[in-house]
Amino acid sequence: MNGYGLAEQYSGISNQRRGTKVMDSALIPNGVRRCSLDKFLVALAVVGAVLLWGVYAMLLCWFKGLNQTNMNDNYGFALWIWADLAVIALGGGAFFTGFLKYIIAKDELKNIINYAVLIGFICYSSALLILAIDIGQPLRGWFIFWHANVHSMLTEVAFCLSCYFMVLTIEYIPLILENRQIDRVPFFHHLSHNMHSTMAVFAATGAFLSFFHQGSLGGVAGVLFGRPFAYREGLFIWPWTFFLFTWSAAAYGPCFTLMVTRITEAISGKKLVKDNVVELLAKISGWMMTTYIIAKIIDTFYWANVTAPSKGFNLIDFYSNNGFYGIWILVLEIVLGGIVPAAILITDKGRKSPIARNTAFVLAVIGVSVNRWVMVLQVMAVPIMTFDTWALYFPSWQEVATTILPVAYGIMLIMISYRYLPIFPQEAELNPAD
Amino acid sequence: MFPFNFEWIWDMSHVVFMGGLWYALTILGIGMTYCVVKSTIDAAKDDGGHH
Amino acid sequence: MKQEHGGVVTQKYGMVVDLDLCTGCGSCMVACMAENNVPFREDETDKLKSITWMRVYKLTNGKHYPETDICYLPRPCQHCEGSHGHSPCVSVCPATATDYDNQTGIVSQIYTRCFGCRYCMGACPYHARYFNWYDPIWPEGMERYLNPNVSPRMRGVVEKCSFCFHRYQAAKDKAHLDGQKEIDEDAYQTACTQACPAGAITFGDLDNPNHAVHELKKQPDTFRLLEKLGTNTKVYYVSSREWVRRAGDNYLKTEGLKKAVL
Repeated sequence: MNGYGLAEQYSGISNQRRGTKVMDSALIPNGVRRCSLDKFLVALAVVGAVLLWGVYAMLLCWFKGLNQTNMNDNYGFALWIWADLAVIALGGGAFFTGFLKYIIAKDELKNIINYAVLIGFICYSSALLILAIDIGQPLRGWFIFWHANVHSMLTEVAFCLSCYFMVLTIEYIPLILENRQIDRVPFFHHLSHNMHSTMAVFAATGAFLSFFHQGSLGGVAGVLFGRPFAYREGLFIWPWTFFLFTWSAAAYGPCFTLMVTRITEAISGKKLVKDNVVELLAKISGWMMTTYIIAKIIDTFYWANVTAPSKGFNLIDFYSNNGFYGIWILVLEIVLGGIVPAAILITDKGRKSPIARNTAFVLAVIGVSVNRWVMVLQVMAVPIMTFDTWALYFPSWQEVATTILPVAYGIMLIMISYRYLPIFPQEAELNPAD
Repeated sequence: MFPFNFEWIWDMSHVVFMGGLWYALTILGIGMTYCVVKSTIDAAKDDGGHH
Repeated sequence: MKQEHGGVVTQKYGMVVDLDLCTGCGSCMVACMAENNVPFREDETDKLKSITWMRVYKLTNGKHYPETDICYLPRPCQHCEGSHGHSPCVSVCPATATDYDNQTGIVSQIYTRCFGCRYCMGACPYHARYFNWYDPIWPEGMERYLNPNVSPRMRGVVEKCSFCFHRYQAAKDKAHLDGQKEIDEDAYQTACTQACPAGAITFGDLDNPNHAVHELKKQPDTFRLLEKLGTNTKVYYVSSREWVRRAGDNYLKTEGLKKAVL
């Protein structure tokens, strides 16, 4: 027996004293209140049912092949690639918050970094899972590493994504080790402590890797010189989309972290993070978004007036003669999903008003998701040969189910982590037991 | 990925790209090894102190 | 004359297709499928899932009778050279499963290495790349008629026109055995070229003055598809009709017709 945790061993008593003893109270962090185990398990089962639906669809895709999807030879990239790009952009909150906390030393962010890491972990593991379903020969997935073509943006994505997922795992482990029971094991207690003290190195590596994979995801579309809708000039080997994607992930990712935090607060009925922390991250995000959207507007302007016309296309060609893609999508992405949330978040008044702030978060999440959508699906839809036609596509239920699968998995991981791990350092203070 | 893969070429692209990869992996590897070794030693020390 | 790199004779195989001769009969498509063991399904109504290495497009001038006019355009893989072999699809393949062969100018596809990410399909503006959405299953007994020189592809990989590369290999072997330094024009011809009853397709080494394509590509009415994109293709088209030539690329309303870059 060790000298640790003797006090903690009995600290579950705090749950009892409040008269809210739950069966698994020995696993629940000190000083916080959780719902009954039954309620928790029922909720878990409901989300688990959705997860199983997704798993069934995933197995169909793996065993029967990609004919289970509505993709076709015009739409080789579709819903899944969008989901990948979107979750990675949204998961960008992890690397950017880590960068701000560990490199720029914004210490207040320690109160949200755990959750940012967890959300990032979910986003990246989801992306890897979706990629594993998306490839036609899943058993050959390792070829991307083994036979790597270093000139392909997708290779860079695969490498950096896998490496960064390792970083996120390394960042998430100490959090797991902080579970009251695990922490009692001396080795785990020390491991958690030592990993925390080395975290700046891991976070810096994560920021380095994120810069490249977020960028190379932008490069995936930007280098397609056969696709005038996607193609961008750039710097050296990197098209402008490379920089725009990194920038937008850093700008919009934190908004997703904050939005999920708000949703968690609403569901748990508790305030979990203090307003000053939320406002700080929102402010940084707002300014990043402002600078990004200016760059995006310049990029769009240059592309519409120089790049596309040099290939024989007018801007309006990309937004007309079809039943879905109109100029509205550009407005939705840049104005509603960019300028508006940025304008809200850079003003003191906007940040301080919960309604305005939360609206900005939602709009930002929509904005970046629409950006990723057009950079994947609209790229495929636009006809290039003059005798070609617009190709529109609607995903099959298997595609939808496998895209919802990671959402269900994410919710379950959040539920479990929130219940058993001290994710929110300010929770106990904000919600006094007595 | 490795110089013994037949498509490997010793050119700038491979050196920079794969160099970046191995550099990142090395940092993560060394970092984690350090944490695990130090924690083992720390835990052993605690155990010794306890007795 | 042919270029020599380090003592190795290089060719640049390509095609010249005379669109004024093409009747749209589809023989090239059929020949291609038979030659290359291209799989098909019982129900091929969804053309976006059909595999057609060679596909004949029907173009119209969009005018009403009596000025209406149509043109059939056979589209194999264009074997883009891009800039120094930087073709749209080759550069993006993450697993080096497709390659630009500097010796022949042919864009290859290694089926056993492709893991089916389909990035190359997204990169190709010609829709020349096809994914095997289904297992290749031939009607009972038909597997005995498959071409033994071409490997059938498995579900989940991308395939495309190879300019009948197996024929090039056979011709090269024969030339070597015959003690010839270079392959004769007749010794290596694609299946589509030979099948075309109108003689609309001519195939050969674009750089070799002894091959017909060398001169044919210099005709005044020659164009290539989507030249403005910089794909630098090796399939040339010829048509005396301006609207057909104009259909080869995208033009702004005020822009004049561009001449093929030779």
